[in-house]
Amino acid sequence: MHSSPISIWFFIGLLLTIYGALIFGYGIFDLVTGNLPHVVLANLHAPVWWGGLMTALGLFYLIKFRPGFDAK
Amino acid sequence: MHGLDSLSMLAQGAGAKAGMFLATASLAKLAPLDILVIAVYFVMVIWIGFYLKGQANTSEEFFMAGREMTAWIAGLSFVSANLGSLELMGWAGSAYQYGILAAHWYWVGAIPAMLFLGMVMMPFYYVCKTHSVPGYLKLRYGQGASVVSAVSFAFMTVLMSGVNMFAMAVVMKVVLGWDLNFSIIVSSLAVALYVALGGLRSAIFNEVLQFVLIWGGALLVPILGLVEAGGWSGFKAKLAANMAAGLTPKGDYTHMWHSLGHFSNNPMGIHWTGIVFGLGFAISFGYWTTDFLVVQRVLAAHNLRSARMAPVIGSFFKMAVPFIVILPGLLGLVVLHNPDGSLMHLVGENQVSAAHPYSYNEVLPLMLVRYCAPGLLGLGVTALIAGFMSGMAGNVSAFSAVWTYDIYQPLIKKNARDEHYVTVGRWATILGVVVSIGTAYLVMNAAGIMDYVQALFSFFISPLLGVVLMGMFWKRATKAGGFWGLLIGTLTSIGLWAWVKIVPSALRYVALSPDAKAMAEDMYRALWSVIVSVLVTFVVSLFTEPKTLAELNGVVYGATKLPTEEPVPFYKNEWFWCVIAIIAFLALNIYFW
Repeated sequence: MHSSPISIWFFIGLLLTIYGALIFGYGIFDLVTGNLPHVVLANLHAPVWWGGLMTALGLFYLIKFRPGFDAK
Repeated sequence: MHGLDSLSMLAQGAGAKAGMFLATASLAKLAPLDILVIAVYFVMVIWIGFYLKGQANTSEEFFMAGREMTAWIAGLSFVSANLGSLELMGWAGSAYQYGILAAHWYWVGAIPAMLFLGMVMMPFYYVCKTHSVPGYLKLRYGQGASVVSAVSFAFMTVLMSGVNMFAMAVVMKVVLGWDLNFSIIVSSLAVALYVALGGLRSAIFNEVLQFVLIWGGALLVPILGLVEAGGWSGFKAKLAANMAAGLTPKGDYTHMWHSLGHFSNNPMGIHWTGIVFGLGFAISFGYWTTDFLVVQRVLAAHNLRSARMAPVIGSFFKMAVPFIVILPGLLGLVVLHNPDGSLMHLVGENQVSAAHPYSYNEVLPLMLVRYCAPGLLGLGVTALIAGFMSGMAGNVSAFSAVWTYDIYQPLIKKNARDEHYVTVGRWATILGVVVSIGTAYLVMNAAGIMDYVQALFSFFISPLLGVVLMGMFWKRATKAGGFWGLLIGTLTSIGLWAWVKIVPSALRYVALSPDAKAMAEDMYRALWSVIVSVLVTFVVSLFTEPKTLAELNGVVYGATKLPTEEPVPFYKNEWFWCVIAIIAFLALNIYFW
């Protein structure tokens, strides 16, 4: 969406980054403290890798579509 | 009275289920991190609404997003507007109940129609520069057919919003113990605010955002579910063992076409002709090619190539949606267990009891709380809320456009200033939300949520398909033909529904078999209404005066000169991706045959 000063992809990047950071941070905290949540397959530490993945994807969009930067 | 009964039943049922949930487990309690995740989402969507307010000053901007959307944004929005919480929960529940047969609604029930819209119909919609599907009918058939279509569409959209609201409020009640009214009012206000402020552009932006969020929140469930089940083959082995031990009702849960040779061979009680012609043609083509809710997104594309490409892009994502909807429902058959370790049995809404506290429609929330730690649970719940809000935003933005352009402008106030219609559109958005809230409690009258939706589709959408196809591809179709075809097609659909309601044995005539079940009835009723609308349009047209060729320019095949498009590399060509989509569609059906 290049006709708008802020691209929709920037909003998506921002949201993914915030969510990813929150979930990743929680996952790391659990990993360090060894305090596993009461869910099935908690030993796989999904918040760490899922949160990390979301952060990476979010940062990609955040940077690529930042206001004032033509992504083309 | 009927509505009050539904309200009472809904409130009591949800309350009882929430109580059982709390009594059996505290799994659904949100941590502060979950609340934060949900709050961030609401802040973001409202921010987008305010941010885009300055770009919704003219009617073209407010109702059509300035026709500036790229193919990707229009395509994702096109799919997202259809991906409500109803969709997520209803079809996950249907997959638990009927097996992979439910995936027909995503593949044969969507892909051919989406590709047909993009490659065949979109040029006519786009070239005539209509603002809506009833607007197209006005150009092709005149005011009568347009008003019939606009009024039935407006009625259907507020009912659909009500269905969405009901689904989301019950989820929040059952999973989180939230008050029904709280869920409905907060989410509705958010939708009303961002759509009223930013118009279609705001709705589209939020739909794309919600689409990403739905994937981010829901994708983890099937991934972890497959890990726990031991992969697809492990799932099938466990399911077979459960059936052999009598723990799961016997049936073919993993094949899509094997059991469709006879009505009584599958739990849906449907024959392959119903799936192919009823779902794959009458309902699917009706919905994806004439329902303004989805077509509006594509009409907002910035050029014809993007408008054609958008449904093709959407078709790939639509093909992938079963991974986050159907697969969790299927996996629920083998991984969901009671606290005592026994296999959990989900039941129909009207069979919920202390022994079986959860219904089919709750399979997705149950899977979420099974795997999602704090933060991820908030993300999953946000995905459900986002699904609800995207569905609702789609309904109210489409309602606003149809109300303003196809009801208010021609019937109430012609020739007003452009600003006046934008104001009417903003108020129509709020009115649509308010009326939707009022109808939220009137929509639960069928055995399952999706059955009801199918009934609605066949009332209004299928007859419209017959009339639009005749108008778009037959130059001889006349104004009177279109009007009577639409009216009698709709009345036929309602009449057949009422007939079976009053005389249940009539099912053998409507659905061609006494073994047919509710969904099969919907498929065949849609098919009959398309056939009747086509026949009536045809016969009446033969006896009435057709339009001249000059009058049909831009709206009918054979009378329209389509603009030539600049050549592009093959990987940017819509036909190339259309062929790829067809191959993927065929491969999926063959693999799960």
